[in-house]
Order: sequence, then C-alpha cells, then structure tokens
Amino acid sequence: MATLTVPHSIPSPQEDCEQLHKAFEGWGTNENLIISILAHRNAAQRKAIRQAYQATYGKDLLESLLHEAHGDFEKLVLLWTLEPSERDALLANEAATKWHAANRVLIEIACARSSEELFIVRRAYHTQFKRSLEEDVAAHTKGDFRKLLVPLVSAYRYEGAEVNMHLAKSEAKLLHDKISDKAYSDEEVIRVLTTRSKPQLLATFNQYKNEFGNAINKDLKSDPKDDFLAALRAVVRLICSPEKYLEKVVRLSLNKMGTDETALTRTVATRAEVDLKVIKEVYQSRNSVPLEKAVKQDTHRHYEDLLLALLGCEEN
Amino acid sequence: MATEEQLALTKALSGDGGLGVEESTLVSIIGKWRKKPEHVSSFRKNFNRLFSHAGHIEKCEDDHVQKLVIEFSRFHQITVLWAMHPHERDARWANQVTHKNHPASILVEVACTRSAEDLLGVRRAYQTLYHHSLEEDVAYQIKDSKSKLLVGLVSAYRYEGQKVDNDVAKSESKSIHNAIKSAGANKISENDEVVRILTTRSKLHLKSIFKYYKEQYGKYLEEDLSSDPLAQQIVLCLDSPATYFSQVINSAFKEGATHAETEGLSRVMVSRSDIDIEEIKEAYAKLYGAKLADVIGKTTRGYFRDSLLSLAGEAKA
Repeated sequence: MATLTVPHSIPSPQEDCEQLHKAFEGWGTNENLIISILAHRNAAQRKAIRQAYQATYGKDLLESLLHEAHGDFEKLVLLWTLEPSERDALLANEAATKWHAANRVLIEIACARSSEELFIVRRAYHTQFKRSLEEDVAAHTKGDFRKLLVPLVSAYRYEGAEVNMHLAKSEAKLLHDKISDKAYSDEEVIRVLTTRSKPQLLATFNQYKNEFGNAINKDLKSDPKDDFLAALRAVVRLICSPEKYLEKVVRLSLNKMGTDETALTRTVATRAEVDLKVIKEVYQSRNSVPLEKAVKQDTHRHYEDLLLALLGCEEN
Repeated sequence: MATEEQLALTKALSGDGGLGVEESTLVSIIGKWRKKPEHVSSFRKNFNRLFSHAGHIEKCEDDHVQKLVIEFSRFHQITVLWAMHPHERDARWANQVTHKNHPASILVEVACTRSAEDLLGVRRAYQTLYHHSLEEDVAYQIKDSKSKLLVGLVSAYRYEGQKVDNDVAKSESKSIHNAIKSAGANKISENDEVVRILTTRSKLHLKSIFKYYKEQYGKYLEEDLSSDPLAQQIVLCLDSPATYFSQVINSAFKEGATHAETEGLSRVMVSRSDIDIEEIKEAYAKLYGAKLADVIGKTTRGYFRDSLLSLAGEAKA
C-alpha cells in the first residue's frame, strides 16, 4: 500500500507550477513549499505539473529543481518528481554504467516490477538513453553476472497463477543438485530463476524447503562474502517478498555509520506510491521502532522533511 | 496414352510436383467425365503416383493421398494464417519450434525480422495462448549449445532510434572477427561476446558493425560464418531481411523441397505481405534473375497460387 498522501482537492497543475516557480524565485529556495506540493501529488499529477511548467516557463521543472535544490534533498526531489518508468530507467542506467559486483539495484528493478512495468521501463530507457537496457547491462558486466543480469532485465514473466507442481518438484531438485555441486552460475539455475513465473518460483522454493529441509537461501549462503551468491539470494528474496527485501535495504541504510542516503532515497522514491506502507509495517515489527523515528534521528533538514512527507507523516 | 484432359487432371492434383491443387480444373473435369467412368478408369491407369495396380482395381497409394491432403490444404492454411492476428501467428510458429520440433530457424526469423514492439506483442500473445512466457519455453525445451543465443534473441527489445556509436561498432566488428578466429567458426554462436552483440545491439548498430567488418576484413560477415548456419542466419535476418526471405521462398520452389521448406513459402508470403513484400520481390529478382510472380505462376496451382499472388500485390495469373 502507498504512503503518498494527496489532499482531496488540489490546485490545478497551472496553479501548482506557478507556486513552484515562486518557490524558486529570489534568493534561496522555499523547500517547504516545494515539499508541500510535490510530495503530495501522484505520478499523473506530477507529470501534469511538469507539462504546465514547461509550457509556462519554457524549461523543464527538473532543471529548476537541479539548480535550486541541493544535496540529498535535491537527489530525492528529482527522483521523486520523475515518472516511475523514467525514474527506474535512470536508476537502471546508473546501476548498469557504474556497475560493480555488490550493486543489486538492477536486480531490485527487474524483480520488484510487474512484467508490464518492466517493459515500460525498457521503453523509457530507449527514449532517455538511446540504447536498450539489456544492451547497456550486457556491455558493462561480464561472466556470471552478465549471465544472470541480462536475462533478468529482459524477462517478461508469465503472470498467471497456474503452478505446475510436478515441475516445481523437479526444478527444486535441480536447484538443490546444482547448489550442492556449487554450480551456482549453471545455465539451469539461471534458466529457472530468470524465466519461470513468480508463482511457479514460489512453489519451487516451497518444494525445496519441504524436500531438503533448508530454505534455498540458507543453502546459498555457503560463502557470505561471495557477491554472486548474494545476487542470487537477492533474486530469491525479491521474488518472495519485495517488501521484506526493501525493509532490509532501508534498515541497513539507516544502520550504517552515517546513512546510506542513496539506498534510502531510492527506496522511498520508488515505493511511496507502491508498498511503502507495508515496508513501514515490516520495519516496525522488525525493529520495534517506527521508520519515521529512525529517519528523524538519522537525517536532517529538508531531506528529512521530504522523506517524512513521502512516508505519509502528517505535517506538524 | 494419357489424353490432354488426363494430363491436366494429373497436374491439377499436383502430380507434376507443383504446390497446391488446381481446383477449377478438378471441378470442370468432374463435370465433363460424369457418366463416363471409363475416362476416370483410364486416368487411374495412367496416374501411377496416386494409383497402383492391385488385383482388379487401381488402388490408392496412401502416401500420395497424404501428400494430396497437404496440397489441398495449402490454400486453407494460408487463409487461416492470413486471417489471424500477426502476433498470434508468430506465437504459434514459435510454439511449433519449442513443442513440435520445427526448425529453430523459424524462431530466429520471428525474433530478428519483427520490430521491437511486434516482438513484444508476440511475447504477449504467446502468454495468452500457452500460459508460459516465450523465453521460458525456449530455455526449457531447447537445451542445446544454441539456447543462450535463442533465449537472448526472443527476449530482446532493441533500441530503434537513429543513434549509433561508430567507434563501438568498429571495435565490436574486431571482437567478432577475433571470436571467429579463436572459437572456430562453428562454435561462434556459443561465444559470449558474439551472443552479447547479436542479441542486444540495435539493428542500425549491427548494420554498422557489418559494414565495418567488410571494410576491415574484405569479406562479408555472413561468408565467414558459413560453418555456423544459425549465426549466419541471424546476421542475414538482421542485416537484410529481404534477402533472407527471398532465400526461404526460393527453397520452396526447388525440386525435392521438404515439407518445412514448402511451408516457408506460405509463412513468408503471409507474414510479409503487409510489411516489405516489395523489397522482397526486388531482392528475389536480383538473386535469382526471375520475377517472383512468374515463379509462383509456374510452380503453384489454383487458389493457393492466386492467394500467393494477391499477397504479393500481383494481379491473378
């Protein structure tokens, strides 16, 4: 469930864009005004505001935000203002072109979107970057990671609920055999994880646990330092429960010495209209403290204010 | 000795090796020979492929009957295919590759010659029809050394804009050349870099690579891939679909064409009629020195022939 709160009656996009323009005027920037508008508009409304802004002032709202906002607040408000597909395309492009083995953003995007959503991201990627997503992922990765990531971002998984239990059993055994042989990047492992539908995979993981006693991720933890195994575990966890996976991303981002703003920004911006409410609930039950409280402790000023607004906090 | 009518009837029943049946001739002779069973009997004695002497009758040869079923159904098949949504057509052809052992070349054809949006449409249609994703079935059913390449091809959503990085194209041409030299040409489709380039780069970028390849090495890439037919087909489909389709069409006309090859004729004519049939006709004329319409007229019969000519934008024979 989303955390984004939009008032019942909102000003027209024209009025909103004029207010935003006022927020940029003069010395300094009125970040509170920006937050009061943008943090309370959904994707369609933000798009309308951007179009009105372009038509009225002859430039992209994002350009003004780039000039007038700073630091983590700037990064969050830019990411937030984008349409979901453009946002994912931007995140994917960063992740692909600056890829390193511990980066799992591509896996997040590939596995925590519906099949149609992922295709819309791929379309937005063409428009923004004049190349295909899989092209960039393939060109910037190699070996086992390329074998895993290219099919993952190219997948168009079947979304029906049907499950073939016979297949689930045989593929659970297949996975178990390969994992026991430490053949983690075997073509068959990749095939099952990157092409089967999510319900089919859930059935397969359940069969795995039933037949072999351990959850598949336990068996994939034989070397906690191995990045490829971590990537495989991420795939499994994202397919089973994106909310639980993302709660951990958020929890780790707030736990580190200093805060990992990149991960926090990305998660809040991409999930505020999707399931941030559920992520909050998981956070609360896992940490015995509301996410808002942790955010208040670890972040500051306008970045904190925007985060809290997107988390659905009432204005004070 | 066979009469003129008998010869016409033999031809009409595809006895001369042509494709399809001449429906109008059949109907007319049935009318002419009414109450003249001796004509039909004489025909049976002379048409050795379909009838053979057995006791007091000329019995029907089952395998030629089977062949006739196919010849009669060519028009039926092409009509049903024509009426179908293009994405359903392609999805069904793909499923025949994954589940009915049809040649993988058909999958390559669909994956490489359709636009990015059409290929997405095919993937959607495939899910609707078969309750699995296309890449799922290709990966699961085709478990050989080529499957990486095939899965990559059907999963592609290639950029279709104008932008090409020529420096990258030049260097990728070199990579492909190196891969051919080191891998040995028949294993080229298992080389990671070749797979990456062929399954992810845009068509315009690939055409640029092919152009640099010729400049750098003096030969067309297709020539250097002659010992890996799959890779060769991919390059041809991506570089010049019209040439590829002409070749498919032409193999249907040759003597001793297999069933799969003759089906290729219907498949290409139906799937390209609205897209690039004009370019195909041009390419065909260049390659084989004959007009496609003329060859169709000589080698096919009846409604099947007429539908092919219509699909080719030609007047009836």
